Amino acid sequence: MSGADAIKPGETLLSVDNVSLAFGGVRAITEVSFDIRKSEIRAIIGPNGAGKTSMLNVINGFYHPNEGRISFAGATRARMKPYEAATQGIARTFQNVALFKGMTTLDNIMAGRTLKMNRGFFWQLLRQGPALAEEIEHRKFCEEIIDFLEIEAIRKTPVGKLPYGLQKRVELGRALAMEPTLLLLDEPMAGMNLEEKEDMSRFIIDVNQHYGTTIALIEHDMGVVMDLSDRIVVLEYGRKIADGTPAEVKADQKVIDAYLGVSH
Amino acid sequence: MDILYKIFIDPFVQMGGAPDLLVQTLWEGLVGGVLYALIALGFVLIFKASGVFNFAQGIMMVFAALTLVGLYEKGVPAFLALLLTIGVMYALALGIERMVLRPLVNQPDIILFMATFGLTFVLVGLGELIFGGEPKQMITEQLWLPKGAIDIKMLGGLVSLQKIDIAAAVIASIMVAGLAVFFQSTRIGRALRAVADDHQAALSVGISLNQIWVIVWFTAGIVALATGIMWGARSDVSFALEIIALKALPVLILGGFTSIPGAIVGGLIIGIGEKLGEFYWGPLLGNGIESWLAYFIALAFLLFRPQGLFGEKIIERI
Repeated sequence: MSGADAIKPGETLLSVDNVSLAFGGVRAITEVSFDIRKSEIRAIIGPNGAGKTSMLNVINGFYHPNEGRISFAGATRARMKPYEAATQGIARTFQNVALFKGMTTLDNIMAGRTLKMNRGFFWQLLRQGPALAEEIEHRKFCEEIIDFLEIEAIRKTPVGKLPYGLQKRVELGRALAMEPTLLLLDEPMAGMNLEEKEDMSRFIIDVNQHYGTTIALIEHDMGVVMDLSDRIVVLEYGRKIADGTPAEVKADQKVIDAYLGVSH
Repeated sequence: MDILYKIFIDPFVQMGGAPDLLVQTLWEGLVGGVLYALIALGFVLIFKASGVFNFAQGIMMVFAALTLVGLYEKGVPAFLALLLTIGVMYALALGIERMVLRPLVNQPDIILFMATFGLTFVLVGLGELIFGGEPKQMITEQLWLPKGAIDIKMLGGLVSLQKIDIAAAVIASIMVAGLAVFFQSTRIGRALRAVADDHQAALSVGISLNQIWVIVWFTAGIVALATGIMWGARSDVSFALEIIALKALPVLILGGFTSIPGAIVGGLIIGIGEKLGEFYWGPLLGNGIESWLAYFIALAFLLFRPQGLFGEKIIERI
């Protein structure tokens, strides 16, 4: 974690260098490079099938790029396991909510503390002494997150029973429980109504400002993206077509063509 | 009319007429039920964490008991043999994770199920190769398990409780309670449930699937060892014990494949139902109904609650 702590806000936290990814003959990502600076909100946008989710999957180790490299907090690598990504402080949410459906909200968020808790197996078996003390300490932390996300009322509800908007919020809570350096959000507002979107935007901004967490997000709602993000990278058919501030991206002819279509 | 009387009235008249016999039957059913519950628990643990029905659970029980007795026969002191057996179960869990689960990750469940079939044969072969195939005596005394019976005068008769049965019930209850707490509210327990629910999400919060699988199989191995000792003490340690493990199937159907409380309640229902049925209704059918009554109860149950008593209800959106 020290590697990430040494980086000051505004300096490069993660850089994606010439990454390509193919599934058999299908090229999902082609020679994409961009960087994410510490403490910024970075959006990745693009039409459907542009390779946005694949990009997140590469960053958190679900996919291994065929070519190219990724540097996170000063360490460069070509392949990494999701477990290692989590250890280094990369947390994420999923496009189609991936919660532990049979477990309660609290248990889901506590599951996010897995890496922070380290009492041994035998103490755990007994759930006594150090393991119990640890359990209480982390429960406290999770209660703070629950408080922050305003989900106190559903603390003990199995998440499978919650409406979609709340599930997304719980998923964010689970990611926050990891105290991530880099938080990857895959369409955090998909399928939400206006009010839910506003709530979620507020949480994202709060997380970014209060904890200084660096955030990379994929989102289709352009209004939200333009408001939230500091910088935007635009992908189309697996290639990067634009990169810059919201104003720059909005004015970019290639981006406009990609979204509105262009007559040939 | 005579047959209706024999089915619906006569057994209850008998129960009322000799309450001490009823208590004795209930007690025996209870003990059997607790032991069924323990076997079922082994299945549930692995099913919960990896979605695999572990066909090898029965043979793991035999293998554990056999290792314990075999080591003792080779001159290892009883308690050292117990520790070594625990070690062997750990090594087994490591081996299974490395050689069976890891190469088959992301394969359909049926493939993993077939792999546990293969595991059964490997364990049978291994057990026979090392310790021989003949039945062995469980080393109950050497492990300080009590012997003999306690006779209690009650209800105008004598109820006789085997001390080993009492020990079995106590040990099983402690294990079950411990596992329930472990699963419910510890980091590893939560990680186990998380893996059961969603592999990808579990990976994203930094849970190592490999580590979890080793822990699950090891825990199932320990449960298998405890069950093996208890069943071994009641009959003897031989590969025939594996058949008893099949009794866990009706227990699982009753309790649901994913529920620890379900395994317990299911086990008790099967255990008690079996003994009562055999004792009071058995004569009507020429006795020997104990061997199939459990399956019959489970089958009847399937008609009304296919997901089991505590299993997750499957609702699909179409």
